[in-house]
Amino acid sequence: MMILTIAQREIRSLFYSPLAWAILGVTQLILAYLFLSQLQEYIHLQPQLKMMAAAPGITDVVILPIYSSAAFIMMMVVPMLTMRLISDERRNKTLTLLFSAPISMTEIIVGKYLGIVAFMLIMVLMMTLMPLSLTIAATLDFGLLMAVIIGLVLMVAAFVSVGLYMSTLTIQPTVAAVSTFGILLLLWIIDWAGNKVVDENASGALSYLSMLRHFEPLGKGIFSTGDIMYYLLFITTFLVLSIRRLDADRLQG
Amino acid sequence: MNNNLLIKVEHLSRHYGPIQAVSAVDFELKRGEVLGFLGPNGAGKSTTMQMITGNLAPSTGKVTICGVDLLDDPKTAKAEIGYLPEQPPVYRDFTVDEYLNFCARINRISKDKISRAVDQAKQRCGLTEVSKRLIANLSKGFQQRVGIAQAIIHSPAIVVLDEPTVGLDPIQIREIRSLIRELSSEHGVILSTHILPEVQMTCDRVQIINKGKLVYSDDIANLDQRMRATTLLLELRKPPSEDVLQNLSGINRCEALGNNHFRLHHTHEQNPAEQIAEQAVKQGWGLLTLSPERKSLEQVFVEITSSEQSSSEEGQAA
Repeated sequence: MMILTIAQREIRSLFYSPLAWAILGVTQLILAYLFLSQLQEYIHLQPQLKMMAAAPGITDVVILPIYSSAAFIMMMVVPMLTMRLISDERRNKTLTLLFSAPISMTEIIVGKYLGIVAFMLIMVLMMTLMPLSLTIAATLDFGLLMAVIIGLVLMVAAFVSVGLYMSTLTIQPTVAAVSTFGILLLLWIIDWAGNKVVDENASGALSYLSMLRHFEPLGKGIFSTGDIMYYLLFITTFLVLSIRRLDADRLQG
Repeated sequence: MNNNLLIKVEHLSRHYGPIQAVSAVDFELKRGEVLGFLGPNGAGKSTTMQMITGNLAPSTGKVTICGVDLLDDPKTAKAEIGYLPEQPPVYRDFTVDEYLNFCARINRISKDKISRAVDQAKQRCGLTEVSKRLIANLSKGFQQRVGIAQAIIHSPAIVVLDEPTVGLDPIQIREIRSLIRELSSEHGVILSTHILPEVQMTCDRVQIINKGKLVYSDDIANLDQRMRATTLLLELRKPPSEDVLQNLSGINRCEALGNNHFRLHHTHEQNPAEQIAEQAVKQGWGLLTLSPERKSLEQVFVEITSSEQSSSEEGQAA
């Protein structure tokens, strides 16, 4: 109940600022451009695809690359949305309002987290309208589409948890944004080094940490509990860290 | 548990690293009481307020709110507190209505009672006309009122106001002071300030805090008593010699201030003004002025804080 109240306030104040609208608009525009160019490519490839025995369908050629690009774009968008979550409230001294009210730190953190996740869901929903528009002329592999949407949502939810934690660490929103982006990018590319490490175990650890590695199987339609657990553990870890950090605000000397 | 005891603070201390901000503060607040917290800047007023309202964990000590330990059961305890920090915690991109609605909800007011609570808070703080305006566009005084409205929206047993009249114009200050008096009829109020007349006007009880220690705690009436000085100011057209004045009954000492002005020190027990007037008429001194001098609250304040300082220094020396 309290969690929803806080989440609702978060969304409300997002939409009161031009930032949310600008982000929604720009992201949609870029994704639409990617979508159209991918569609163009598909039309271009169609004659060749007809010759192939097990040809990839429209879902593989057009839709999956869009979701991969979307994941990358959202990695850049999330820090801008999460940066003010706690740091701005701390700077404007409005955190006192939440601290003095009969609500727990967990409710504050989870509420704020869900607020941003809900906003990101709107973004995912809006971009999903594009592939859905293809149903007019083609048959989509809905199982695959569903898997990739779940993958994107989980990945974005993980991004938000990092952003939220970074925001609890600082009073400067820009610092929070930059460090969030840094961590996300590092986790994105961490397995690049992993590929070059000769030691088998070490490379395994690095690629396990990579967010992208756990997204790729879902993009192929492979729904593995291991990957889902990775994201859930990731999110829980950062939420717990955030709660502890916020609690430390009261304790610190 | 005594029903009228709202806050009980026992041995509350807080240090920031090596700096002792508040040390071993004890006090109580009863229903219907306005408690003034007085102290120079950096004395530990705000730190104490933050600890009472659960914004800061005390290093040691215990805070009991309406019989509930703040650390054991913060949710129940915090429901009984309304807090206005130094800077009103307002969301600037919200309208007054939206903001107060949010405050009502996070303070667990049930859905059907929210709109009534918001209306009531707006009315008490004179915000009804600006309810549709963005808080960012309101003047400082109105933002302050929004902050107060937020603190009383759930009609808590205790309202804690940290320097509520800073930065307001004299009319607004008067309005807020009368609002505080009004609040005290139902709530217990703790008010922190460094403006002394404010305490005199609004509070029932005063506590002076200096360097993290409670150095004075008494009813406002007793403080009044303390302010009553033991000197008379006398102006005569044809004054007699100083010795004559000195030897009047009840006068301890006479100070010539020049220009026919004298300051007469007398004992606490009796006021010799009557006899002096009598004498002046009888002897034809030409009485122009005879008035008791009052120490200002500032003087008392300085006296209390500096005497505390010197005594603690003595203690350290020994």
